[in-house]
Amino acid sequence: MMGLITKSRIKSPWIVHYCCGSCNGCDIELLACLTPLYDVERFGILNIGNPKHADLLVVTGPVNKRNERVLLNLYHQMPEPRVVVAVGACACTGGIFYNCYNVLGGIDKVIPVDVYVPGCAARPEAIIDGIVMALDKLAKIK
Amino acid sequence: MSGFDWLIGLAALVLAPLVGGFLRGVDRKLTARMQGRIGPPVWQQFYDFFKLVGKTRAVTTKGALVWIWGYLLLTMLAVFMLFARQDLLIIFFILAFAGACLVFGAFSVRSPYSQIGGHREIMQMLSYEPILLLAAVAIFLQTGTFKVSGIFEHGEPLLLTLPLVFVAVLIALTIKLRKSPFDISASEHAHQELVRGVYTEYSGRHLALIELTHWYELVLILAFVALFWAQPLWIGVLLALAVYFLELIVDNVEARLQWGWMLSISWAAGVGFILVNILMIELLFGNVLRL
Repeated sequence: MMGLITKSRIKSPWIVHYCCGSCNGCDIELLACLTPLYDVERFGILNIGNPKHADLLVVTGPVNKRNERVLLNLYHQMPEPRVVVAVGACACTGGIFYNCYNVLGGIDKVIPVDVYVPGCAARPEAIIDGIVMALDKLAKIK
Repeated sequence: MSGFDWLIGLAALVLAPLVGGFLRGVDRKLTARMQGRIGPPVWQQFYDFFKLVGKTRAVTTKGALVWIWGYLLLTMLAVFMLFARQDLLIIFFILAFAGACLVFGAFSVRSPYSQIGGHREIMQMLSYEPILLLAAVAIFLQTGTFKVSGIFEHGEPLLLTLPLVFVAVLIALTIKLRKSPFDISASEHAHQELVRGVYTEYSGRHLALIELTHWYELVLILAFVALFWAQPLWIGVLLALAVYFLELIVDNVEARLQWGWMLSISWAAGVGFILVNILMIELLFGNVLRL
């Protein structure tokens, strides 16, 4: 039974996408993964709007003092097991916004991050790679 | 109710989730192909189901859990009764109460998405319930009984004398299957109407229960469509599958409509078709009021 559930987790990761105020470059690339060209639904990946239904939290953009609370709230609303993917230079480290007065830095300042996808903007191929790495981590969660 | 009916009913309870889950997988695959994508494997729904079962429990209110179990069990009862060839009218009433359970569950939490979803679900029930009940009445006028077994004993296919009722049932079907253009209370797949409307507050295994109920519901609805050509039944099954394919096409070419449109289409066209059909069999065959 446990093996079946683990296999199902890998085959059906539902993503909730949260934009912490990025320039929208990474968001567009993330949505490009859903288009017929990349079609991530063939791996069972769905872009779901509701954190309570999701398994993967995909975050773009640097976290700042206003949306830190929202990001934390979204993370806590997701039932376990959950994996966090930071997409783009800003989400990983704060990017070019790193020394802005309102920016805290990468999202790992607020929530634990499992996979970092670098790039400005991150390419769809890189994002899919990152999500596959996240699935490896998901499979190891008991 | 004979032993054979019990057997068929219980077999349907076991097999319906398998058939329903597979059909919804086919739905996702065909939808993807229509959009020029490859799409998930046909058993994807079962992966989704087992994944949801394995997630940790996160409960917003305990009241919602009672309603969601009610939704599942009442739908299962309706499936059992339809396959055990019982009273069509009672089946529709049970189905209506199952739908009401979903609404009460949505109202028992304070999330605005869930609340608006609940309101819209009521609008949907207001749209399709008259069609289903009047369809049962039209079938009664033809066969002289509300029992499903009466349809099987009725010699000729119902579709030949009730074609407009059939069209009206198709309208109700689109609403009941939560397909575009009427997926306003909660949508299928990853279409995110109202952050999934009435399902907003359910997660993990309770969402899996909802998924399971959908499989039962799908089988129930398609079985009802198949009744329109009950003798021989294999034509009815083909008819139901053809109708399902038609629903997928409509789902992919239609945009979502507002609830006012849904209400006016289902009441004007749906109820109107059924009334015209009842008048038609009265005038053409003159066998309506000879009860």
